[in-house]
Amino acid sequence: MSDSKHHPNRLGLWGWLGGGRWGLERYLYALHRITGLGLLAYFLLHIVVTSSRALGADQWKAAMDAVTGPLFSLGEYLVFVAFAFHALNGIRLALLELGFAVGEPIEPVFPYRTSVNVQRPLAVIVLVLAALLVAAGGYDFYVLQAH
Amino acid sequence: MIRDQKLWAWHIVAGLIILVLLGLHMVTMHLEGLVPLRVLNPVVGKAPIDWENVVARGKAVTMPVIYVLLLGAALFHGLYGFTNIVREANPPRWLARTVTALAVVVGLGLFALGSWAAVAAHLLARKL
Amino acid sequence: MSEMTKVTYRIRRYDPNRDAAPHYETYTIDYTPGLTVLEGLWRIKETLAPDLVWRASCRMGVCGSCGMLINGMARLACNTQISDLGTDQLVLAPLPNFDIIRDLVPDLMPMIRTHQELHPYLVREDGGEQEGPTGEYYQSVHDLEQYLQFSYCIKCACCMAACPTMATDPTYAGPMPLAQVQRYNADSRDGGFGVREEAVAGERGPWRCHYAGECSRVCPKGVDPAKAIQLLKRQMVLDYFGLRRAKCPSKLVEKPANPKRREGIPEAPKPTV
Repeated sequence: MSDSKHHPNRLGLWGWLGGGRWGLERYLYALHRITGLGLLAYFLLHIVVTSSRALGADQWKAAMDAVTGPLFSLGEYLVFVAFAFHALNGIRLALLELGFAVGEPIEPVFPYRTSVNVQRPLAVIVLVLAALLVAAGGYDFYVLQAH
Repeated sequence: MIRDQKLWAWHIVAGLIILVLLGLHMVTMHLEGLVPLRVLNPVVGKAPIDWENVVARGKAVTMPVIYVLLLGAALFHGLYGFTNIVREANPPRWLARTVTALAVVVGLGLFALGSWAAVAAHLLARKL
Repeated sequence: MSEMTKVTYRIRRYDPNRDAAPHYETYTIDYTPGLTVLEGLWRIKETLAPDLVWRASCRMGVCGSCGMLINGMARLACNTQISDLGTDQLVLAPLPNFDIIRDLVPDLMPMIRTHQELHPYLVREDGGEQEGPTGEYYQSVHDLEQYLQFSYCIKCACCMAACPTMATDPTYAGPMPLAQVQRYNADSRDGGFGVREEAVAGERGPWRCHYAGECSRVCPKGVDPAKAIQLLKRQMVLDYFGLRRAKCPSKLVEKPANPKRREGIPEAPKPTV
């Protein structure tokens, strides 16, 4: 049996997104990775650009002028949105993955109430707070500051 | 190779540090209209990224300390997360090792650059 | 779906002696109320495709043999009523993230081997007692509750099929072996935390779980492997920071030297065999 030609059957990267079953937490996991990568890419460039403040007013102004414009402004807002989601979902993940908010071990009685059910209110709170933060950021970006 | 048990534990600690410090940074830079923190944007009428506010912020000795702490935590958190994503995608062993090595080099390099900038900016701010 | 009279199975088939790659074949059978996916497979085998192959045994959701992908979700075929799926079009495939041996039969040996390597048994210093037991170990109801849920695992591999990390990463141990690590770590009779910690401190450990929760969602026995993995992470992080309260494995119950029968309790009848 073990010598016959077994056919490989891993889902691959599609399995990260939704290899057949669409639970909210699975999408939060995928979104957490995407926002994390976006934040990292921005951050690495951000270190280089903002280091120019150590060289004086002229270098700082030149660096800031280079990253001015509607496209950059939108990009900055998207970074803020990514931060809002990643930070709040990160709080949820830190709580869950350290064993809080998953519930106590119980005798399973059908219909099963798993840790997914127990943490669901937390996931909803995270999404609501992220939406509020995104709205507040948008108001500040495009109404109050308009930079 | 440092065990994932240790790296992951510090990944979470770094995340909590970033939550507080980057949260403060976001409020300072992007929510100053709604939540004006005068101690971090002392020059009224100027945007947070204007030179006047950058200098005013940079005068306190706590600023370079906070910047370096945030820099280190964010670089570690981000680059460890990135290497995790790459390793989980099951690349060839040489590619996984190369990416990890690059992450370490880039991380240390940017940490050095950012730390120098934080200290130099503070010293410059105190002169002005 | 009370008006349903026929049900169509679209099954992903693969015969290594005949096929270069898996392909789908379609079969239509009569539907009767109460038909499970497994019983439908038997009807197909009896009447349409005698060479169709899958694993099944107890047909009542306790052996874990018949795990397969049914309409995109990992389930037990015996436990799944066709009427609950809300359609008369079924798509069956072998559990993903395992090599296919043939038709609906996945190769579960990698999971079994990983499970074996993570010491899924009580580890104690009194090994002699394990081999030739002389008594019972103390365990309160509260102690039992800490691991009982995770002991209901039937090794059906549905959780492994649903896990997003398992989709790409062959080194990750997976929900089932890691949940069983926590099952034994949480057992008050066990003293093997250190041994298992060595095994899961690295890249095969729970660090590659990011709480997608799919494993707990698909588990047919309510084992909640996601909860077990997070509890395991907590114990290992606490141990790394030196904050974990190590417990001594529970001791043997001491039998009284001269036990006296209480009054009013009759003697047991003499054995007749």
